[in-house]
Amino acid sequence: MNSINSTIPGDATMPEKAPLAVEDPVTEERRETVEIEEGKTVGIPFSDNPKFALRNVEVSYGDTRAIRNISLDIARNEVIAFIGPSGCGKSTFLRCLNRMNDSIDTCRVKGSLMLDGDDIYDPRRDVVELRARVGMVFQKPNPFPKSIYENVAYGPRIHGLANRKSDLDEIVESSLRKAGLWDEVKDRLDATATGMSGGQQQRLCIARAIAVSPEVILMDEPCSALDPIATAKVEELIAEMSESYTIVIVTHSMQQAARVSHRTAYFHLGHLVEVNETNKVFTAPEHELTESYITGRFG
Amino acid sequence: MQTANLFPLVLILAAVAYWLAFQRSRAVAAPLGGVRHLKALPTHYAARAALWSAIPGLIVLALWTGFEGKVIQGIVMGSLPQDMWPDSPGKASLLLSQISNVASGSLDPDLASEPIAKAAALLKTLREQSSLFMTILVILITVLGAAFAWFRVAPHINARNSVETTLRRIFFVCAALAVLITLGIVFSVILETVRFFGRVPITDFLFGTSWSPQTALRADQVGADGAFGVIPLFTGTLLISAIALLVAVPTGLLSAIYLSEYAGKKVRSTIKPLLELLAGIPTVVYGFFAALTVAPFIRDLAESIGLEASSQSALAAGLVMGIMIIPFVSSLSDDVINAVPQSLRDGSLALGATQSETMKKVIFPAALPGIMGGILLAASRAIGETMIVVMAAGLAANLTANPLDSVTTVTVQIATLLVGDQEFDSAKTLSAFALGMLLFIVTLALNVLALKIVRKYREQYE
Repeated sequence: MNSINSTIPGDATMPEKAPLAVEDPVTEERRETVEIEEGKTVGIPFSDNPKFALRNVEVSYGDTRAIRNISLDIARNEVIAFIGPSGCGKSTFLRCLNRMNDSIDTCRVKGSLMLDGDDIYDPRRDVVELRARVGMVFQKPNPFPKSIYENVAYGPRIHGLANRKSDLDEIVESSLRKAGLWDEVKDRLDATATGMSGGQQQRLCIARAIAVSPEVILMDEPCSALDPIATAKVEELIAEMSESYTIVIVTHSMQQAARVSHRTAYFHLGHLVEVNETNKVFTAPEHELTESYITGRFG
Repeated sequence: MQTANLFPLVLILAAVAYWLAFQRSRAVAAPLGGVRHLKALPTHYAARAALWSAIPGLIVLALWTGFEGKVIQGIVMGSLPQDMWPDSPGKASLLLSQISNVASGSLDPDLASEPIAKAAALLKTLREQSSLFMTILVILITVLGAAFAWFRVAPHINARNSVETTLRRIFFVCAALAVLITLGIVFSVILETVRFFGRVPITDFLFGTSWSPQTALRADQVGADGAFGVIPLFTGTLLISAIALLVAVPTGLLSAIYLSEYAGKKVRSTIKPLLELLAGIPTVVYGFFAALTVAPFIRDLAESIGLEASSQSALAAGLVMGIMIIPFVSSLSDDVINAVPQSLRDGSLALGATQSETMKKVIFPAALPGIMGGILLAASRAIGETMIVVMAAGLAANLTANPLDSVTTVTVQIATLLVGDQEFDSAKTLSAFALGMLLFIVTLALNVLALKIVRKYREQYE
């Protein structure tokens, strides 16, 4: 049943043959209703001007295969949303982009993952430099138990971005401004960050990520712990940031994906089923599974 | 019946009450259609029955044994003719022990005077009666409590709340007991200390630089005056503890960081128990290791580079003590470092921090209170340690800061002062209590200080 996708339009880098999958009971079960062909993605997974070029990515935890032969381009300055049911591998895939899976002993990543043409998983690669370029915001706000100022100054300090105190002050202020937090906290920069509201904490984490001037920001369900008002603020922020950063956002909220992203990728059981322009995915999905998911038949 | 036999009997009765109430609640529930129609589970009814039978029984038992002696004494003394009533507490206890000796038969009644023989007979009968009454009363109360609980097993009565309330009170009593016992110890030490300061001026004790507690037993002996200057002892204690902490804190902390942040699961599960083993070795074993291996080695080493060293040195005792307290630092620090949420690590790593930067700037400040707790525990172990010092550092109370000299510590002196036959009204013996009191105050002050430092520097995560 596994076959190679040849419908992807005009891409020379697409491999001729995708490795065959080890049969998996869950996949088998699903096949009874809908067929997923490994390595086959419908829609527009590739770009002419990719920031990330990801080919035949396979991720496994021990014997469990979490990501099965995914190929995808992430374009410069685009906002791409990863959606899909729980356990479909979207967070795992996201964490490959700045090697946050490294700390998990059993995690193995195969395939080619390029950032601006350089291999992310090159053993000689400096992870510190990679993560300075590819920042991350997590599901639960995780400010350090330090002052608001220290939280934002943390990154610039460890990367030596500021020589003088006034430079650092400037970075902190501009980062907090970009995160839309400056007016709320400018009078209490020395207050501890854990005393802020959840939404403020999350925006602080975004400011903290911005402070090291990354090129890409990965967001792993950044609003799942926030109330609707805080969510709206973060989404507004994402829209503003898309001018200067490439943003990859994992979300469980399809409305959120529809609101903030340019392209949407639908993951299913470790497969990348469909990638397309966001309005296309939500109005006219090409794949049966995507349609079932966005219409709420499962997920 | 003896108290020692009565106590287990009450517990057995309570267990029987538990079982009976359990059976009855099942029986009551059966016609209703099962246990879920009761307001509480069978175990709650059963536990209530056990508590209601055991607690009143045990309280009566405790009160009776507590006051029995005094009451009987009062009655016996009152039975004596008025002219025999003692005029001082000392004489009273002498008289009482005479009476009880006669009563127990270790003193021939024929040798004692008539009123005393009478009193002894009275004492004997009173004791027998008291024992009998106590047995009957305790068993009766226990059985009544059980019976009451047994009748209160009914579907509409909720036993759950009363069990929870009773348990909460029992826990409170246990917590209060620990505090009360500590207070009791402090008070008993304070009393003796006050007596000591009645003989030796407090300024001599606190600021004296010489310690030789040998006092003459008779007034005409030579060297009748002891010297009770505590400073050499405290410098000795601080010197050895400081050496021990210098060994234990860096080693323990760094090994904790390695174990929690860098080591793989397998390495961790092997090394951690091995490290904790260090705390389980008896201090005597450390003592002879220090005295027979480390101390001579240090002496030889010092002499080979031209330093004068005694064969018993503060350095030897301190080094070995440091090894002993490594697990206090490492094990506790490892636990608190592990307790720092992974999300903080992820946050720091995702910003491009290295593992060691993350450790230094994020994890360590967040784990600081726990790490400080471990260090404090290690420090109090070091200050309180006696055996290693006796064996490796000697008994000479030298006032020195040279770690190659032999020194002695407060706890070692307390031990030597109280070992063997002692009279409890000489300044020599009483000085042990003053030392204990001072040690208590010093360690308390250290604890308060450390807490203050922690409050100032800690970074509290949720």
